Amino acid sequence: MIRSIAARDQVIRLVEWVGAMKQQGTARKARRQNPIVPADNIAGRAMVLVIAIMTFLSCLTLGAVTLVRDTAATWQTQIAREATVQIKPAEGLDMEAALADAQRIVTRYRGVQSATIVDRQATARLLEPWLGPGLDIEELPVPRLIIVTIDPAERPDFAAMRAELQQAVPSAVLDDHRTWVDRLVAMATTTVTIGIGVLALMLSATALTVIFATRGAMAGNGHVIEVLHFVGAEANFIAREFRRHFLLAGMRGAAAGGLAAVIVFVVFSWWSSHNVATPEGDQAAALFGNFSIGMSGYLGVGLVVILIAALTAATSHITVISYLRHIET
Amino acid sequence: MIRFENVGLRYGMGPEVLRDVSFFLQERSFQFLSGPSGTGKTTLLRLLFMSLKPTRGLITIFGKDRSRITREELPLIRRRIGVVFQDFRLLDHLNTYENVALPLRVRGREEASYRSDVIELLKWVGLGDRMHVFPPVLSGGEKQRAAIARALIEQPQILLADEPTGNVDPQLARRLLRLLIELNRLGTAVVIATHDIGLMEQVDARRMILSGGRLEIYD
Repeated sequence: MIRSIAARDQVIRLVEWVGAMKQQGTARKARRQNPIVPADNIAGRAMVLVIAIMTFLSCLTLGAVTLVRDTAATWQTQIAREATVQIKPAEGLDMEAALADAQRIVTRYRGVQSATIVDRQATARLLEPWLGPGLDIEELPVPRLIIVTIDPAERPDFAAMRAELQQAVPSAVLDDHRTWVDRLVAMATTTVTIGIGVLALMLSATALTVIFATRGAMAGNGHVIEVLHFVGAEANFIAREFRRHFLLAGMRGAAAGGLAAVIVFVVFSWWSSHNVATPEGDQAAALFGNFSIGMSGYLGVGLVVILIAALTAATSHITVISYLRHIET
Repeated sequence: MIRFENVGLRYGMGPEVLRDVSFFLQERSFQFLSGPSGTGKTTLLRLLFMSLKPTRGLITIFGKDRSRITREELPLIRRRIGVVFQDFRLLDHLNTYENVALPLRVRGREEASYRSDVIELLKWVGLGDRMHVFPPVLSGGEKQRAAIARALIEQPQILLADEPTGNVDPQLARRLLRLLIELNRLGTAVVIATHDIGLMEQVDARRMILSGGRLEIYD
């Protein structure tokens, strides 16, 4: 009996405590004031949407430019990493000795990592598409190749190497792929320049769109600025309130757009990694690498998001200040 | 407290809206500013409130030459002047309490430091039970009283009211007038811009009549 009374008292105390907590919560809720800058109206929501779309497109362009730049750099490096020594057959030339001589000469140079003679079977395989299977390489005057792997950081002295090879094996020709590398460098530079141009245009369009959208959203707040001004708020206070509101709104839109762009790149990257052995996958990989925009691409996306949010805040700040100047005259 | 000497004002290249206006507003004084519609009552109030600069003449506000008051000084001086706008200018996204507390909030004061003052003032103007209601739900008279409360919360030295009884019935107009008279008795100078002759006849006060851009004063 006593135990049940004690339990009942405990329950009553608990109910009272919960009631008191609820009241405290309500009081706290009541004390939380509405923000001075009104929540987004239709123009405000449209601004967030426009910012999200423009950020998405900007980030996509940035990612694409990063991708092209990285791929172009990879092409260059891959080609610049190799050179070829070709020895043409000649009257009285001991091909195997000439190959060994040339290999020895080439490997002496600094910057050469290795020199591999393409053996008879490999040479026959290389010629198979043109001359058909079952080719007897001994019967034909087929040139032989030495693949020279080069350290891209420390390229060997090709002129000296070429001269020495010519002296030792007159029918040897050194091809350092300079023509290809030059063409690729020119193509890659043009592609990246065009990409940067497109990115600059895209960022300019984004900046202008963000400015106009922000001004549009601000237009509906003229009466708020006016009332704050007339109740004695300082210009800095009014500008700060609007700046904070629009920074958050801009950040919301820009983050959504940036995130969508990152998701697109992750999905493409995942798709390309799951289609490595397929013809379409290989085709895409040959053109765009593995679709990964890398850390610099992600940092770029982050930077674009921050810049757009800052631009939104700055536009609202300038609009408030110019509006205040207008109503003070 | 506020002195106008030969003040003239024109908008752009238009004709002068106010011509050679001269008067002196004393502390704790009570006056009506009247005249037909479109004669410049609101313009004169805007000059008093420093939201307009005169095109000629001298205005001295609290001992300071208006033309020498900087943009930074303006909010500080404006806090000594309460204004009740004809269209109330309450913010629809803030409730009555927040609208009235706005002048204190924009000064960066903590809510706890003014909460009781705002509630007391709201009770004084008869809006004690409408504190958490938003302006779109308030009646015209309630909006008017909220606007008056907002103008008074910083205990200004002078209150400027533009047609404070323009949107309310005669009974409520009398109540509002009593409120303003009581406020004046407590030490605040009051300027009421109105073209309601019935309202002016209820109080024996100084009358400033605008006509054709010129001001005539009947003490």
